[in-house]
Amino acid sequence: MHIPDGFLDAKTALATTVLSTAGLAYALREVRNELPPRRIPLLGLSAAFLFAAQMVNFPVAGGTSGHLVGAALVAALLGPSAAVVVLATVLIVQCFLFADGGILALGANVFNMGLVATLAGFGVYRVAQRLIPGTRGRVAAMAFAGWCSAVIASVSCAGQLAWSGTVPWSVALPAMAGVHMLIGVGEGLISALVLLAVSRTRPDLLESIPTGQSTRRVRSFVVLGLLASLGVALFVAPFACPWPDGLEAVAGRLGFGARAIGPSITAPLENYRVPGLSSPGVATAAAGALGTLVAFGLAVGFSRLVVRGGGPSKSSHI
Amino acid sequence: MNRAAALKVAGTIVLVLGVTLTPAAHLAWFAAEGALICTVVLVARVPLRQLLRRLALLSPFVAGAALAAAYGSHGGDWRILALRSALCLATVIVLSQTTTITELLAVFRAARVPALLLTTLALMHRYLFVLADEATRMSRARTARTFTGGRRFAWLTAASVVGQLFVRASERAERVYDAMCARGWKA
Repeated sequence: MHIPDGFLDAKTALATTVLSTAGLAYALREVRNELPPRRIPLLGLSAAFLFAAQMVNFPVAGGTSGHLVGAALVAALLGPSAAVVVLATVLIVQCFLFADGGILALGANVFNMGLVATLAGFGVYRVAQRLIPGTRGRVAAMAFAGWCSAVIASVSCAGQLAWSGTVPWSVALPAMAGVHMLIGVGEGLISALVLLAVSRTRPDLLESIPTGQSTRRVRSFVVLGLLASLGVALFVAPFACPWPDGLEAVAGRLGFGARAIGPSITAPLENYRVPGLSSPGVATAAAGALGTLVAFGLAVGFSRLVVRGGGPSKSSHI
Repeated sequence: MNRAAALKVAGTIVLVLGVTLTPAAHLAWFAAEGALICTVVLVARVPLRQLLRRLALLSPFVAGAALAAAYGSHGGDWRILALRSALCLATVIVLSQTTTITELLAVFRAARVPALLLTTLALMHRYLFVLADEATRMSRARTARTFTGGRRFAWLTAASVVGQLFVRASERAERVYDAMCARGWKA
C-alpha cells in the first residue's frame, strides 16, 4: 500500500503531511510521558523487528507468497501511541533508504499505515477481545483486527487517490477495498498466529508491554483515533456519501427554511428512487457490511481451530 | 551539520515536487527533468542495473492505474502517471544510494525532528540487519530440522519464527538499554 510519488497532487500531499505530522508529534509526546526509559530502545528494536518480519514469506495459493504488514499486530503488542511511532519509523526508513514509497507521499503513507491502520487495528482488537475470553479471544480479535486494519487503510488510500484526481473514486474504492479484503485475510491469519506464538513462549510480554496507566493509553487512543477519523472523513466523505446530493435536492424542494432533521430522514428515501447514483453506494455499503461479518465469523472459527480448550495446547515449533 | 547531505535532501524534494507539479501537457519539461536526473545518476555512479531493475518493478499502483485506464475510465493518463512516478523514484534512489543514515539523521536533527524519533530511527537502522539475519538463521534452522509439510504447517512455522523474532527483539531491547546506560546515555 506504499503510495509512490506522482500519484498524489499537492493539496493531498500537504493535507496528509499536516495530519500525520500532528499525529506523530502527539504520539511521540505520549510515548515519552508514558513509557519508562527502559522501554525506549524497544521502539527501535520493534521497528527493526517489523522490518525483518516483513521479509518472512508465507505461501499463498498458486505459488505466490505474502508477508506481514504488521500495523495491527504491533498496535496490539505495544499499545497505540508506541505503534504509531514504530510504524512511522519503518516507513521513513523504507522511504529514504530503500525508495519504497514516495517522499512527497510519505505523509500519506504514514497517515494510512501508521495512523489509520494501527489505530483501527488497536481499537478493533481491544473491543473484539472483550467478546470472547482467554487466548481464544485474543487470537480471534487479532485476526479480525488485522483484517479490519488492512481494509480501512486501503479505503483511506483510495480516498486520497480519488481526491488527487489520479484514479476516479468509482474505480479506486472497489479495487483497493476488494484487493485488501483478500490481503486482509492473510494479514489477519498471520497476525493471529504470531500473537499465538508469542503468547505460548512469553505470555508475560502480552500482559506487560502496553505499559503506562491505562487511562492515559485510552486518552491517547481517543485523540489519535479522532485525528485519523477526521482525516479519513476528509478524504472519503466527498465521494462515499451519496446523501449531499439528495440533501440538496430535498432542501431545495422544501425551501430554505427546512430544518436539518427533515432532509436527513427523507434523503435516503429520495436516493433510493435515483437509480444511477445511489444504488452502487448502497450496494457497496451492503457488501462492506457483509464482508465484515464474514471476516468476523472466520476469525472466530479460526481461533477455535488453532486454540483448543482455550489454553496453550501445543508447544512452539521452534 | 553536513551541508552536502542537506543539499541532497532539499534537492530531491524540489525535484520530486517539480515533477509532481509539472502539468501533463508539458512533455518538454518532463524531458528536461529526465535529462537532469540521468546526468545526476551518471555523475553519482549509481549502479545502473540495480536502478533499472527497481524502475522496472515500479509498483502495483502503476499497474492498477494502467488497468483502470484499460477500462476506459476518466482518470488521469496512466502513461504520464508512470513517467512521473518513474522520474520521482529515480530521484529518490539516487538520494538513497549516495546518502548514509548518519548523514540523514544529521539533516533530520537540524530540521528539529524530536530526539526520541531520531533515537528510534538510529536504533532501527542499527538492528535492522541483525534481526533480518536472525530471521534467516531461524528459518534455515527450521528447514534443516523439519520436513516441509503442507501449507498449514508452513504457516504455523513461519508464524512461530516471527513470534520468536519479536520475543528476541524485546529481550535484546533490555540488553541494549543496559548497554546504553553503561555508556552514559540520558533520555
